[in-house]
Amino acid sequence: MAATTNTKNSAPARTGGGIRVALIGCSHRTAPVELRERVAFTQDQALDAAGELRKRGILDEAVVLSTCNRSELYGVPASDTSATEEMENFLTSYHRISRVELEGRLYRWEGAEAVRHLYRVASGLDSMLLGEAEILGQLKAAYGQALEHGSTGPVLNRAFQGALEVGKRVRAETEVGARPMSVSLAGIKLAERVFGNLKGHKALILGAGAVAEQVVEHLRARSIGSLRVVNRSHDRAAELAERMGGEAVHWDALEKALSLPDIIVTSVGNAGHVLTREMLERALTARGGRPVFVIDLGVPRNVAADSAGLYNLYLYNIDDLGEIVEQNKRAREAEIPRAEALVSEHVAKFEVWRTALEAGSIVEDLRGRFRKHREALLRERLAEMDLTPEERQRLSHITEELIERVLDEPSQRLRNAREMRGRLGAIEAIRHLFGIDRDHDKSGSRE
Amino acid sequence: MPNQMGYLSLALYAASFACYTRLLYAPNVWLGRLATLLLGGGIVAHYFALLDRSLGTHTVPYDDVYGSMSLFAWLLGITYLGLELLHRDRAVGSLVSLVMLVWMVGVEWLTPHASPAPPPAKGPLFALHVTLNIWAYAAFALSFVLSIVYLVQDRVLRSHRPGAAFWRFPALDVLDRMSRSSVFVGLAGLAFGVVSGFVWERRLTGSYAWGDPKVIVTLLIVGVYVAYLLLSRTAGWRGSRAAVLCALNFAVVLFSYTLVNRYLTEFHRYF
Repeated sequence: MAATTNTKNSAPARTGGGIRVALIGCSHRTAPVELRERVAFTQDQALDAAGELRKRGILDEAVVLSTCNRSELYGVPASDTSATEEMENFLTSYHRISRVELEGRLYRWEGAEAVRHLYRVASGLDSMLLGEAEILGQLKAAYGQALEHGSTGPVLNRAFQGALEVGKRVRAETEVGARPMSVSLAGIKLAERVFGNLKGHKALILGAGAVAEQVVEHLRARSIGSLRVVNRSHDRAAELAERMGGEAVHWDALEKALSLPDIIVTSVGNAGHVLTREMLERALTARGGRPVFVIDLGVPRNVAADSAGLYNLYLYNIDDLGEIVEQNKRAREAEIPRAEALVSEHVAKFEVWRTALEAGSIVEDLRGRFRKHREALLRERLAEMDLTPEERQRLSHITEELIERVLDEPSQRLRNAREMRGRLGAIEAIRHLFGIDRDHDKSGSRE
Repeated sequence: MPNQMGYLSLALYAASFACYTRLLYAPNVWLGRLATLLLGGGIVAHYFALLDRSLGTHTVPYDDVYGSMSLFAWLLGITYLGLELLHRDRAVGSLVSLVMLVWMVGVEWLTPHASPAPPPAKGPLFALHVTLNIWAYAAFALSFVLSIVYLVQDRVLRSHRPGAAFWRFPALDVLDRMSRSSVFVGLAGLAFGVVSGFVWERRLTGSYAWGDPKVIVTLLIVGVYVAYLLLSRTAGWRGSRAAVLCALNFAVVLFSYTLVNRYLTEFHRYF
């Protein structure tokens, strides 16, 4: 088995064959949740598995990515044999699951396609909810932990840093992740179109529906200034308010409470119109005409429809928000080609870098091989010659310099990533011509 | 005809408009910076175009319709760039650069290109008076653009049919604040401009031309914009009504800049 390395700045010690990224995994696209939960890794397990993969000599570098929708093992194979086969064996033994159960559920990628998959995952193109941002944070965390524990090396460092970069670019330069894809987030994003930054603004939650709770989560994530909860059952309101870090208000004080908030979220079940046009009109007057954004999530609707005509009141009900989510879904899908183009651009960048790395390693291979021959030759010939120690030393220096001079130009050319673009075949040809392969790797390059 | 720098500034304004517009649909940090850089480059080239023309004709840039309108566009660009830096928002850049571009192309096609005769020297105080007034007009033009964007965004928000650009334009509150900032700049420029004009006139003639239609309309402009600033914070006007008022106020500015200058005033010609 080839020597492993974890140094972050130098080329891997592998010298024969190509440096490549390998990946196996399953996701919501290939496996049901019953299976995904059986091959999922906790944070500690992910680190342990990465360490184990390296310890067993399957991978030189390893990162395990495990989220609710996917479990993936990324690595740089330590040998030229089918790494994905060994990775699959490892996965089944680690989780004590039979190969039959995983039949047809796992995907296996090597080389540029593995990197492409990683970049698509980072970009949210492989996510259940197209363009969702959470995966980028999960990927960053998984990589960060692996880096901290020394299970990554130059190849995976480069691949994952590229993934984080392309993930950010896709979200910044395309609409793939730009528009809200849930009713709750759509409501908040629309409120932001009125108020800008929601930090310091006031919100009132009417009722305690599940979607309203999601809205509150989004509001809290935006550092909303104050949060008040009104419910027919005050105990329920108090419980919710405590959980959300807000303040419970009695149902009787609802009308008074209406004059304060900039955002009102209603989700009162089976209640009909809880807020009438007159109530909201009085609230607007009491707040000096400052705008109010009302999100009506109740079915039947909690806010009288004619309230929408009030000056400086913006009213969206659940159907309005649902329609916007549908529009956004179509808009996101239309952006896929642009996102894929960015992914391809970064995959090509990675391949150029990998080619240069390969090129760097082959110079080291040649140097090792030339030195080996030089030493054998000197040992053989010097015994037959009558030379003083100084003359032997001089001869040794000359032959060493000869090797360096011969390798100087190819070294410089090979280090130039631009020049080496698309010439990976040439490197393979050099390996073949000089007989640098896995066997030589073991004996030659480590000298 | 514009000089080479004039053509260069037109090309840079067109390029910045293309970048700002692209930015609305394909947000990109570097494209945004490029748009700002191109607009800044256009403003610098525009400055040298104005300078070159003034040196060539031995006159100030605002002494004819062409120069005055060109100076207006230049000051509009500067005011917008200041606002962009202050509010960190490039979304209205496409509209402002479009207004500048259309304005400058219109200036090239519609205004007489004959160089004016060198006017008698009137001193730096007079130059300051004119420049500040034109700057105020440029700031009011910017508040007009921002108010129009506000009204469009408000309408889209009420129609429940947001398109791609809707999500890229600033929030209503931000547009409102940008518009108010712009009006503040305009009023400050106008106040100092008017005062410097009165001081200059007092030194020259020993009296004030209160009865000149330009002075009366200028005071009307101050009045309508002060009314906007006050009303836009009251219950019945806050929001889209204030934006309508701000947009309508600009009609008074246009009236002052065109009809008053051309037909009503005796000594305020192009400013």
